[in-house]
This record gives sequence, structure tokens and C-alpha cells, in this order.
Amino acid sequence: MAEEIKKIMFTVRKPPHGTIYVYEGLEVKLIMAAYDADISVVFMDDGVFAVKQGQDTKDLGIKGFAATYGALVDYEITKVFVDRKSMEDRGMTEDDLLVIGEDEDTEEPIKPQVVDSDEIAAMMAEQHNILAF
Amino acid sequence: MKLAVCIYEGPYNHAASDSAYNFIQAAVQKGHEIKGIFFYHDGVYNVTRLMEPPQDDRHIANRWSALGASGIDIVVCIAAAKRRGIVDDVLVPHVRISGLGQLTMMAIEADRLVVFGD
Repeated sequence: MAEEIKKIMFTVRKPPHGTIYVYEGLEVKLIMAAYDADISVVFMDDGVFAVKQGQDTKDLGIKGFAATYGALVDYEITKVFVDRKSMEDRGMTEDDLLVIGEDEDTEEPIKPQVVDSDEIAAMMAEQHNILAF
Repeated sequence: MKLAVCIYEGPYNHAASDSAYNFIQAAVQKGHEIKGIFFYHDGVYNVTRLMEPPQDDRHIANRWSALGASGIDIVVCIAAAKRRGIVDDVLVPHVRISGLGQLTMMAIEADRLVVFGD
């Protein structure tokens, strides 16, 4: 009998810069994507800033990692969500979100999916484990 | 229950390390199985043998080492460690450096992955 594939969710709740949590958290996602697990990522609270397009870290003197989000779909991380309320509370709209890859067939850009908090809660309830960054 | 613990914060600077340690002690006492302990972010500083706290204070690295000696698998993330100058040579005994794949296996195999940190 095949082992059940475990659902593992990442939540990103901190702002992307100022601490290393979100950057090192991204490294965890890329590694875990290589394993047999059902990965999803939710950006909420200040974490929504991590998926804002047009980030420029040059003046911060750090490398920046927003570009790596553009490869999430290439890493087969396709379940990527943004909490609508967190996004709107911070004056962002769906247009502000960066691209996480492109559709294999149509080559259309793929963006994170904006969802309501109750949908996130329902997804959380289904997870085997949740990792917060 | 099978538990895994991930610690994000450095020793002494933050309560996460102490809370995690106390949690593990209590869980073991209650008969739960600890599948592993994983140090990430500044958590990698928890297990350097170069630390020398005042003698009347707890020795955090030695405390983790003793847990490792009791048979619990204690893993330091290599990517986080390299960035912070933590290498094999400076580790206390009964702790090993390995990759994020170990955290992945803990997240998959444990019934609960408990994270301590901000």
C-alpha cells in the first residue's frame, strides 16, 4: 500500500526584509519541493510584501530574493496563496503581485492566488504540518 | 505521539531555545517520541562548544548535547550554519550538521512539527 502523501503548508507572515526569516524560509520551500510532499504556501500579514513586484534591495546592500519567487512553479510549487485581507489592508491589489512562473502550455504568467481568510483556515485544517516563516 | 521540534532562535538572546528544551523534556516524560530536533536560522548557535556562559547559569549547548546523548537526533542546518560560521569543528558532541532534507523528513514523519521562534 502506498504511503499517503503528506500535506505541508508554509505560512509567510513576516515582512521580507529586515530579518532573514523569509529568505531562509524560501530556501526550505525549494528543498522540500523536491520531496514527496503536497506543498502549499500562504502569504499573509506582512508576508504579503514578500510577493510584491518591483522590489529593489540595492540600497539595502543585500542581494534580495524576490526573483526566486519567479521560479516557484518551475520547482513545482503551484499552490501559492495570498490572504486577500492582508493584501488589501496594506494597500496592495492583485496587480501588485509578482509572477511565480508561467503556464507550461499557454505560457501565460502565473500569479499567486488571492483567497479569503476562511479558505486559508479550511486549508490549514487539512494540513499534516505547518511551518511558519 | 511522534513529535519533531524546530528552533529558529539563538541561545540566551531569546526564550525559544529554553521553551523548546522544556517542551521536549515534558514530552519525553509523558512518553512521546521525539523524531528529531532541527536548528534553523540563528538557532544554529545553540550547539556551538565555543560558548562559555557564566558558571551559575544554564549551559545551553551542553544541555542539547546531553539530549543528543540520550538518543534524540539533533540536526543543524548546513546552509544556515555555513552562513553563520558554524562548522563541524565547533559543535558539541551528539549533534550533527545536515541538510534541510532532514527537516523535510521530520515534517513528513512526525505527527506534529513544533516550531519555536518569532
